[in-house]
Amino acid sequence: MNAAVSPMSYLGAGYSLRSWLTTQDHKRIAILYAVSITAFFFIGGAAATLIRLELLSPHGTLVTAETYNKLFTAHGVIMVWFFLIPSIPATLGNFLVPLMIGAHDLAFPRLNLLSWYLYMFGALFTLAALIAGGVDTGWTFYTPFSTMFSSSYVVATVAGVFIVGFSSILTGLNFIVTVHRLRTPGLGYFRLPLFVWAIYATSLILVLATPVLAMTLVLLAAERLFGIGIFDPALGGDPLLFQHLFWFYSHPAVYIMILPAMGVVSEVITCFARKPIFGYHMMAYAIVAIASIGFLVWGHHMFVSGQSMYAGMTFSFLSYLVAIPSAIKVFNWTATLYKGSISFAAPMLYALGFILLFMLGGLTGLFLAALALDVHLTDTYFVVAHFHYIMVGGAVMAYFAGIHFWWPKITGRMYSARWAQFAAVVIFVGFNVTFFPQYLLGIEGMPRRYHDYPSEFQVLHVFSSAGAAILALGYLLPFVYLAWSLRFGPPAGANPWNARGLEWQTPSPPPEDNFPSKPDIPTRPYDYAAGAAAAST
Amino acid sequence: MSVAIGMPPAASELAARVDALLWSVTAVTASVAVAIIVLLVTFCIRYRRAATVDRTMRDAAGEHRRWLEITWITVPFLVFLAFFFWGARLYFSYENPPSRPLQIYVVARQWMWKIEHASGAREINELHVPRGRPVKLVMTSQDVIHSFYVPAFRVKRDVVPGRFAVLWFTATRSGEYHLLCAEYCGTDHSRMGGRIVVLEPDAYARWLESGAHESSLASRGAAKFQSFGCSGCHVGGAAVHAPDLSHLYGRTIPLADGTFVRVDEGYLRDSILLPSKEIAAGYADQMPSFAGRATEEDLLELIEYVKSLAPEATMPDAGESP
Amino acid sequence: MSVPHRSSVGEFGMWVFLASEMLFFSVLFFGYLVTRLHHPLGFASASRHTDVVIGSVNTAVLLTSSLMMALAGRSAAAGARRSAAGLLAATAGFGLIFLALKGLEYAHDAQHQLVPWRDFSLAFEPDAGGTRLFFWLYFIMTGAHALHLLIGITLVLTLMVVVARARHAIRHAETVEIIGLYWHLVDVVWIFLYPLLYLVSRT
Repeated sequence: MNAAVSPMSYLGAGYSLRSWLTTQDHKRIAILYAVSITAFFFIGGAAATLIRLELLSPHGTLVTAETYNKLFTAHGVIMVWFFLIPSIPATLGNFLVPLMIGAHDLAFPRLNLLSWYLYMFGALFTLAALIAGGVDTGWTFYTPFSTMFSSSYVVATVAGVFIVGFSSILTGLNFIVTVHRLRTPGLGYFRLPLFVWAIYATSLILVLATPVLAMTLVLLAAERLFGIGIFDPALGGDPLLFQHLFWFYSHPAVYIMILPAMGVVSEVITCFARKPIFGYHMMAYAIVAIASIGFLVWGHHMFVSGQSMYAGMTFSFLSYLVAIPSAIKVFNWTATLYKGSISFAAPMLYALGFILLFMLGGLTGLFLAALALDVHLTDTYFVVAHFHYIMVGGAVMAYFAGIHFWWPKITGRMYSARWAQFAAVVIFVGFNVTFFPQYLLGIEGMPRRYHDYPSEFQVLHVFSSAGAAILALGYLLPFVYLAWSLRFGPPAGANPWNARGLEWQTPSPPPEDNFPSKPDIPTRPYDYAAGAAAAST
Repeated sequence: MSVAIGMPPAASELAARVDALLWSVTAVTASVAVAIIVLLVTFCIRYRRAATVDRTMRDAAGEHRRWLEITWITVPFLVFLAFFFWGARLYFSYENPPSRPLQIYVVARQWMWKIEHASGAREINELHVPRGRPVKLVMTSQDVIHSFYVPAFRVKRDVVPGRFAVLWFTATRSGEYHLLCAEYCGTDHSRMGGRIVVLEPDAYARWLESGAHESSLASRGAAKFQSFGCSGCHVGGAAVHAPDLSHLYGRTIPLADGTFVRVDEGYLRDSILLPSKEIAAGYADQMPSFAGRATEEDLLELIEYVKSLAPEATMPDAGESP
Repeated sequence: MSVPHRSSVGEFGMWVFLASEMLFFSVLFFGYLVTRLHHPLGFASASRHTDVVIGSVNTAVLLTSSLMMALAGRSAAAGARRSAAGLLAATAGFGLIFLALKGLEYAHDAQHQLVPWRDFSLAFEPDAGGTRLFFWLYFIMTGAHALHLLIGITLVLTLMVVVARARHAIRHAETVEIIGLYWHLVDVVWIFLYPLLYLVSRT
């Protein structure tokens, strides 16, 4: 046992595998999730690597068309359900929400552990299906292809996703009840950090959207097994019904990924600018607005599907409406920097990277919300680039910002500041080189999910693949220096960033029951005095 | 090998209008992006920790803040509203083909596009069209969902099995353009493509005449009308009381349930496959369904035959501008 | 620091869970609605073949079970151990009667060849596709409901044993309340299923 970990810390509570697998401590469960999703991130990343290699040439021969289709399906399924959805909520959310509200744990600790087991069981089940036979439907499982025509392991795959869905629902339920009922006395809603607001809003989506996916997948599997026909026009069903149900979940799912990311960035920006967040109330309302309007925009995935023109117009309008609170957030983060005292530690670099990439992803969303432009751009690489800017440039960048920000709190150790800053820059550059060319490909008319492509697109594809190599290196770096810090990193102390949240008032790593003494409740969140220098140690 | 950076050629009437919107949105969003980046960089440099700079906030009451927030809610909202209306207006054009276009049928299947011209000419993965004349594609799929995509025309439409999807364009430049499938449809999705050949009107006329074409779609449909037994009821003097199909296409007819329906390709298709769904007023629900018996091609031929019985509704009007 | 109010936490958690459950069933209701719009004829003719007598009796049975459940909650709150356990047993009993009747109804359906995957007797009616889809949805919707009821019965029976053995029934009053919420939801779902599957087209 090393010196940085005090015996009373949650890490010192037990060293056996059993002590980890039976823990009900939200902090340890967060670690369980972190380890699992990291593994899935690299598996999904491996699929992406093969995809980018294949696309180096227009008639690639690295893998067959069938394998290629299975690769992008595996990449999508793994990254969406086994990495992005649980990423920030299940790791940072699990670790931090009780700390940030001054609670001992989540409302239902045993349910929390059950959620992790459900997640692992479902994810491993699907992973086995993906490896054993693979699925070639794309992560969207459009009918009737997925139900009547594909000859791959569709049912096994959706069964795993179905189980992971329950993990999502129970996690969301846990957070909602925790935030409502376990806040320490005096901590009103408008004293909560925006991270808690974001996790709360995310949880509403998890609880209300995931069951729709779950039942839809049940119908999909039943249709495939028994030939029911609800989604099959040959039997009198309606394939667009599936698309409506699928996107009713899958569009809000994007907000499951991005809202917690926005929460993380609000924490980081304020700390390294030494400023209260600009427009706290507006930021909180924006989170709630995004979560609610986000439920009403799913039809913008179907502008060329044959849904009615007036439905298209409604969904287009609502999509523009949901863009407004997102725009507010970008403006407010920028305004927070004004007259701050800004330092550029790694978490801040990741957070600034998030703002830029999220902004580019959001602005290109304005193209896709315009009905006539969407006709040309939908199902092309423009869409691929757009959602990668949001989900990878946005959500993953923010996840990294959060991991770097709270790493000292979670582990009690500091990582190499230089290496971390370097990695942030490499990831930012690699990301843009990978995905910016894909906007151009899409505008030029390159459809997505293409194993072979017209040769005039090759130059941009080569750029994209080169960028992917940089990006892959960037993602490996934190893995190395963070692992290094676990053993060799200097002790971090309770509050290395001199930050203001309740979680910084307890030792690092925190004791098992979170707070040795009652934390002070700030009168307002982000109580940073402008101009005050950062902490010494 | 050309390198694609920027827009593909704009070869349809809609393309130019779509590009105008695209460049406008690009200009606005790019300016916003640049403005934000400039602000971020400026703040980061000016207010870096080491800098000695005035950091006192004069605006303690937060009045500027409220004003700022109202501005950056209202201004984006108005800009978005403009994007919305512009995009929606153009979309309206996509959905409403000019009257009396040249109609061509498209049947998609894994993994090819089959084209049926009214003249009887058939093509696979290739579509010849005349320049300058509106072309309306009536499309369906035999298996899964496909999507008919011609980047140079800026048109795309999902081709869903079990129904007709309509897409129209007016080509403005002769040449060859990519035809792509944009909705993932299985193993050879990426090879389900071909080309659109836009010919000058006279060259198109020659192309139509060249080669030994089969009999026209409508005349093949007339034969099917006999062989499927439709003629047993649907001709004058038949023992069964069934609607007369001449001069039917294009009209709006009353239904048994009191509503009205316009007789178009979709209604004719439904009437053959789901005859009980919408019954014409004054007739009994007695027609058997031909679902599973008539193939997609049979349907197209039958529909084209019924349309040929209403020449006034289908004759292209030379005087009308597209 | 706050001491978590476990009791209110549990009840609040159940409400959130029920919201999630509603969305789960909403997919089936939405699917029913859309399919019905595509096949008004098939749905109308097929729904005249469901067993309205058993359906109606079952509605009464389930409503009665909910009444028992509510009374059990009151008894538990009053600390009346025996009556609480008895009422829970009655609740589960009515639930079981519902399932038994439902099983009988399925057997009748099979007798009348209303099972869409085995020589379906309505296959030659007009809009046969619609009649098939109706009966598929009928089995999926009532099946999903029966599964929820089965879970409810298991919970209630377990709770009955716990309450019967408890020294102070009042300690379990909160749990009875929480399980009761779930029970009522299962009941409410049926209240929507009943008219959609049995009544709408019978005029």
